[in-house]
Parts: sequence; structure tokens; C-alpha cells
Amino acid sequence: MKFEKPAGINPIDQLKVIGKPTDRIEGPLKTTGTAKYAYEYNDQVVSPAYGYILGSAIAKGTISRIDQSAAKRSAGVLAIVTAENAGPLQPGKFYVSRFLAGPQIDHYHQAVAVVVAETFEQARAAASLLKVDYKKSKGSYDLESARDSAQQPAPAEFGPPPQTLTGDFEGAFKTAQVKLDETYTTPDQAHAMMEPHATIAKWDGDRLTCWCSVQQLNWGVRDLAIILGIPKENIRLIASYIGGGFGGKGTVLADLVAASLAARAAGRPVKLALQRPLMFNNTIHRPKTIQRIRIGADQDGRITAIGHESWSGNLQGGRTEPATASTRILYAGANRLTRLKLAVLDLAEGNAMRAPGEAPGMMALEIAMDEMAEKLGMDPVEFRIKNDTQEDPEKPGRKFSTRKLIECLQTGAEKFGWQNRRAKPGSIKEGQWLIGMGVASAVRGAPVTKSAARVRLNSSGIITVETDMTDLGTGTYTIIAQTAAEMMGVGLDKVMVKLGDSSFPESAGSGGQWGAASSTSGVYAACEKLREAVANVLGFEPTKTQFSDGKVIFGDQSVDLAGAAKSAELVAQDEMTYGGLSKEYAQTTFGAHFVEVAVNAYTFEIRVRRMVAVCHAGRILNPKAARSQVIGAMTMGVGAALMEEMVVDKNIGFFVNHDLAGYEVPVHADIPYQEVILLEDIDPTMSPMKAKGIGELGLCGVASAVANAVYNATGIRVRDYPITLDKLLKNNV
Amino acid sequence: MMENENGSGAITRREMLAGTAIAVTALAMTKVTGLEAVPSAPTVTPVESEGVSFSVNGKAVKLEMDTRTTLLDALREHLHLTGTKKGCDHGQCGACTVLVNGRRINSCLSLALQHQDDSITTIEGIGTPENLHPMQSAFIKHDGFQCGYCTPGQICSAVAVLEEIKAGMPSHVSAELKAPVAFSNAEFRERMSGNICRCGAYSNIAEAAAEVAGVQG
Repeated sequence: MKFEKPAGINPIDQLKVIGKPTDRIEGPLKTTGTAKYAYEYNDQVVSPAYGYILGSAIAKGTISRIDQSAAKRSAGVLAIVTAENAGPLQPGKFYVSRFLAGPQIDHYHQAVAVVVAETFEQARAAASLLKVDYKKSKGSYDLESARDSAQQPAPAEFGPPPQTLTGDFEGAFKTAQVKLDETYTTPDQAHAMMEPHATIAKWDGDRLTCWCSVQQLNWGVRDLAIILGIPKENIRLIASYIGGGFGGKGTVLADLVAASLAARAAGRPVKLALQRPLMFNNTIHRPKTIQRIRIGADQDGRITAIGHESWSGNLQGGRTEPATASTRILYAGANRLTRLKLAVLDLAEGNAMRAPGEAPGMMALEIAMDEMAEKLGMDPVEFRIKNDTQEDPEKPGRKFSTRKLIECLQTGAEKFGWQNRRAKPGSIKEGQWLIGMGVASAVRGAPVTKSAARVRLNSSGIITVETDMTDLGTGTYTIIAQTAAEMMGVGLDKVMVKLGDSSFPESAGSGGQWGAASSTSGVYAACEKLREAVANVLGFEPTKTQFSDGKVIFGDQSVDLAGAAKSAELVAQDEMTYGGLSKEYAQTTFGAHFVEVAVNAYTFEIRVRRMVAVCHAGRILNPKAARSQVIGAMTMGVGAALMEEMVVDKNIGFFVNHDLAGYEVPVHADIPYQEVILLEDIDPTMSPMKAKGIGELGLCGVASAVANAVYNATGIRVRDYPITLDKLLKNNV
Repeated sequence: MMENENGSGAITRREMLAGTAIAVTALAMTKVTGLEAVPSAPTVTPVESEGVSFSVNGKAVKLEMDTRTTLLDALREHLHLTGTKKGCDHGQCGACTVLVNGRRINSCLSLALQHQDDSITTIEGIGTPENLHPMQSAFIKHDGFQCGYCTPGQICSAVAVLEEIKAGMPSHVSAELKAPVAFSNAEFRERMSGNICRCGAYSNIAEAAAEVAGVQG
């Protein structure tokens, strides 16, 4: 099915199942420890061997020699894989990382060897007996010092163009009545999902099955085929449950490659999980950015010039952190500039993390807006409202499909009690606590992309959906079940959803906030076909047949849905593809974040006390799951604002705090009750579902709302994340 | 926090420390001297495999395994009770929380052999999909989880926290050390802070626990 014209009324609009705050259908499995993650398929793989990766102890250089003698003699060892015996390996298509070092080493903790043994304990012990002789060479690890060497990158598949120019930015900025020109930095951040990257790999002849933790199984199959140099058709990936990803498990990483090679070398299935302290320097992360923002406005607060430049670094050939994306579309202003620059660094690969570009870009832009409002003597909510735009500021005439940024800001301000904020910092005190309030806009693109599914109807009236879509905690199982139930006119108890198997029809996968809208649209298309098949079997005219309450209704005839599959199971498969509506309309999600913090006047300890988010993100398929996506993102935003930073050792060249004790993420004690308001937004230009994604929108702007609240509390402006108390103490003059 | 007063066969913390010290010394000797035996050095034959008996979810279990096996890996890899999760293997995330003799511990931080005669409860022993514990039902109702990987640990911890509060055990945020403690949002959040949820379901987890505790969150 191709979606080319805005959707009219369709079965989803009945909203009997869609739009309801249904509990997650996999809840009983996840809460009882019954849901199976990659490393846990003990029923499928009996007596596997265990793999353990040894990571490089240097950041850049070469391996001169690996003395394996002690490791080989160690108890239980079955095989040792290094670059010498692994055979040729290519990089995949999405990540530039090489998954096995040797002789060249590209970054710290790059896998140097994989040890396979009978038990985990034996593999770990033997790995520690490998003696690696390294030859170090000089590397580049510091973005600040590499900044001047940064080049304009080539246009990339994802993210904004490296440079955009509209009107005359430099001229307009120069002559603007009120100006801001500030530089902000966001640090290297880790996804730090709870389930480590893990794989069980099993070869049957030349066919490879991997139980793994990968968000995009289609990319995973493609990339593993390229990396190992085997046909795609010979690979099957299974990821029924994924213990969090946030972009950090986009496609193949070292665990999949190492487990596959190890299983081949040992002649046995191998299970392998990245040990937590290896993950931070071995896999990917959100790279550090330096961002310069210039805003010019007239005295009335109308933006006349807006410029956003961002520098980031990566391994040779790696992507740019596209931090300028939001600035292209969020506020009005006739004269505009965005520019990306990329330096070469010898740290682990920088790549997508939840709202790539938009999250760190908004961390800077929305502080800049707060600073500008103060310069203008305007309320920060008013300043944003004044600069709203109802058309694409780079392409006047191109409308947003829907855009209620103003309503997000106003609704949030009212709910939060924004009128109690005092513009003068440090005005509100409660005992030894300084109280501050902050606001930020939220914006995130709403991409939708090709996705397929298969649906079956059996003689018991059970609908089974099969698609290689994944659920990382996003609620995918539930919204897909809701979609199929709505389409086929049955209750959720009649729908079974099977996800995460690359042998199922290819879906959009989970990434880029496209998962929910795309995968449910694929299920919609398949269900349309199944409805047709049902009608045909029953001799009904498909276009005039209704599906409701388990019945198929045509004129005055009503038949049990199960009856259509009485003699044979009915199977239908289709995909949803898209025409040009995303070019015609700017399809975007919007929101607003409001935060109250208390900052200790003596120690500068920062506590987040209240958080309110308002989101405008298409039809909300399941308000309960959508709210959870948003509160989770708000939590991650608090982390970004106040604690998350991978600290670079600029001499040795690695992230120092590479575990969950050193890399701090928010814990229970850090997070108050969070309120989320979901504004109605039925967007017929998106798909027949009229839905958009929300999981990344929830993160964009949160950290700057926290930062602005800290400023409002203390009068100290910190432009380098995370905002830690030492930075407040240092600037408290 | 692990108490062990049931005498025979149980390894006390003191014995465990002493044992570890011997092992460390032996290791250091091997490193220094290599494999050639130095006449004066004490001969220590490493014990590579050892048996242990304990109960898991009310069932007696007897295991013979590598002495280095953690309780977490004994549960997951030997007993195939994979509900208990390995998130960090270093006691930093709480995903491996189980109850030992009614008290919660990080199962990655103790060796299985330390648990002779202990009574261990894992998430599988808290409830099943067909027969959910009230805490599990409350997590589902309040959407106190997303990816589900930290969830078994959160639930084991939450169940134990309510018991700790009932038993009057104070926490960092309790106003008085000796006064009775009542369930509150602050008490719960403080006590649960060893269980990380990167999906960020904290606000919902607190509501789920409040419901089970019988108070308004």
C-alpha cells in the first residue's frame, strides 16, 4: 500500500482500541522475569560455550604480538580468535568501527581477542592471561584542540545538510538591535542501557542464527553479512526483547561479530555479552559538541537573525553529530545560518543516541533563547511564542502539517504555575534552598518510513501479527496489537504479536522516532489485505464490509470472524510505503518542558522538584505507553543536565568513567513525580494511523529547561554541561 | 548487611574474608614465582570446583561448579533462572537483586558458594504470569517498566523495601533513627536508588509501590 494523499476516515478512527491507555500486553512476562533477552535462550541453545572479549589497553597504535600460550593452556579454553585467524572482516554500512583490532588499533577497548571456553569463568580467566605487546602512536582525543582542524563533512543519509544559508545572516546579525553570541558545550554521553550488548551465535553449516540485542534487524542482517562476507540470506537475527537501546544498539556491534567468529572457531554455539566496563569505550556514544549560537532581534523581541554552528569529532569516516537540526525549523527569522564541522578523533565511534543532533542541539539553543529573553527583558515563554512560525522558515510557503508549539507553551505554563516565576534570579528562597523555574521548547522531526507486516487469522479467530519490528521498551508490542485489534474488529485478547525475528517481514525498525508511526502503518496495510481476504472468503464486497466485535458485517449479514478461517488459515502480507507528503509538509513534533529546581545556597546541590511536559506528537496510540516514553526521556534529560559526562583522559585517550558507578545516570532519588500532557493532534499527512513518534521529542529541551531553572535559582549561567555544583561554586562571585 | 547466625556449615563474613586473603596470597605467590616451585613456598592446590546446597524459591538445590561462579551466574547459567538480570556484574545497577533469607542483595556481588543453606528468592519465586504478586500487578497497572530488563530487580527490591519500612529500619532520609518509619515517596526513592532504570520509569514505579503500601503516592 502506498500512502500518497492525506488519510481520510478509516477503521483506526473508530478508536475502540487505539488511543486507549492499555497496559502493556507483555507486562506479565516482563514483571515475572519470563520475557527472554538475547543471552537467555537456554531452551534453544543447549550447552553453549562462552565468549569473552579482551579490549585494547591503548587507544591508538598497533599490536606487535599476542602471546597466547598461557591462555591456551588455561582450563576449559576451546578457541582464541584474533585478527590473525578471524579471516577478512569489513566494516558494516552504518557504523565505521572495525570490530576486531589488529594489527592496527583504532580506539581504546576495541576488541583485540575473543576467548572461548566451556564456562564464563574460564573464558574470563583465560582472557586475562593473554599478553599483548602494543606499539603506541600519537592520537587526537580532545575536541577543543582539534576544533580548528575540523572540516565541513559530506552530506549524510541522516541529519541536516552540513550547511544551510537563508537570507543574509551575517549582515542581519551585525545590524540587529539586540544580540547574543555564546558558545556552549555538551559532553560525550553514553546510552548506558540496562541490558549489555549480548549475542548467542549458532552456525548450522554456512547458516548463522544469532539471538541478539539489535534495534534495526534489517540493518543488522545487512551489516553482519557485509562484515563477515557471507550472504544476507544465510543470516537470521532474533531479538524478541531488547533491554533498552536508545540508539546504542542500532545495528551490529562487537558482540555480534565476536560471537559469530567465536562460534565458527569453536565449532559450537557461543554466548557472549559485553562486560559493562567495556561498553563505554568499545561501542558507540553520543559525541561531545561545541556549539556557537548567535541570535539577533529587534527591540520588540522579533528574531531577525539566527545562526547555529556545531563542532564534533569522530573516527575517520564517522558521522557528524547533527546538532543544528532543530534550529532550522523551530523559530522564525528571515536570516539564518547553520553549519556543521567534523574533526577526526581517536576515541570510540560517535553515533546515534536518542534524538541525535536534536537533543544536544536543543541543550544549547534553548539556553541561548533564555539568555536572549533576558537581554530583551521579556518573559522566556512570551519570547518563544513571539517567534513561533507557521511555515518552514527556510522555505516560506511550506506549511507544517500540524504545529501547536504556542499551545504547548501556554498549556504547560498554566499547568506548571509559570506566573509564580520571578524574572530576577535568586528571588525565591525557601530556607537554605534557592528556587528556580525554567522553560524550554521541544521539537523533533517526525519521520515515517517503509514497514511491512504479515497477519494471520486462524479458525479460533486469533489474529497473529508477524514483523521484524523490535520493542526496546517503547510499547511496540502493545500498539501493534491495538492496531490489529482495531482493524480486525476484535479485542486485544484475540491478538498475538510476534516481533524481533528477521525472518518476518521487514519493518522500519526502532530508531529515529520513526518506529511507532511506521510499524503500525505497516500492520494497517497488512490488515487491510486480511480484511479483503476475509470478505472474499465470505463472499462479501470488501469495501462495504465492517469488522466489529468479532463479527464481519455486510449489509444485514453478520458472521463470526473466525468463520472466515474455518477451512484454512488466512494469511495476508503488505507494506506501507510513502509518497511525497513529507516534502510537501514539514512533519514535526512539538512540545514544551517546565522544570522547578531547588539549589542549596551553600553547597549548590541541585534537586529537581517538579517537571511538566506538554507534547504535540500526532495521534497518541496508547497514552499510557506514550507518557512512559516521555517521563523516561525527561529522566534522561535530567541526567544530561546535571550528571552525565564521559570524561576523556586526553593523554591515554579513553573515557575514564566507563561503568555505571563512574558514569552517573539519574536514580530514583533524583526524579520527582513527572506530569505529562498530551495535546490532541490527528495528523492525516503522516499515514492512515495519523500518528507520529514521541520517544525522542520527550528528551529534546529537557536539559535546557533544567539549566534555565538553575540560572533562575542562582543567577549563575553555566554553558558547559553537565551543570555540576563545582561549576556553580566556581562562578559564584 | 547479610546476617548469618545459623551456625553449622555456613561461611561467616569473617571466614570468607580470611579465605579470600589466603587465595590472594596464593595468587600473588604464583605470579611472583612462576610455575617453578620454590621449596620454601607453601603449596596451595587451587580448588576449581566445589559443591553447594541452598534453596531457591522453596526448592532444594545442589550445585557443583567453578568456585568463581557468582550467585547471579549460578542462577542464570546453572539453574536457568534468567529472570534475575546481569546489568553490570559489579554491584552498580541492581538488576540482579534477589532476596536471601528475606533480605535483598546484589547477587553479582557474592559467590554462589557463600550461600550454603541459604534460602534464596528470585523474581520467579515472587510471582508468575498466572499468579502475579501484588507488586507485579501494580507495576503493570502503573507502567512501572519499559524495556523490562531492570524490572525483576526493581520488583524484588520494592518488595523488600516495604518489609524494611515495616520492620522500622531507618534510611538516609528518615527523620529519626529509632522512631517508627512510614512509607513515603522520599523514603521509597531513597531506598530504591541502588536499582537503576535507564528507561526512566521511576515516577511510575513509585506510584506502583505506593499503591501496594496502601498509601497515596
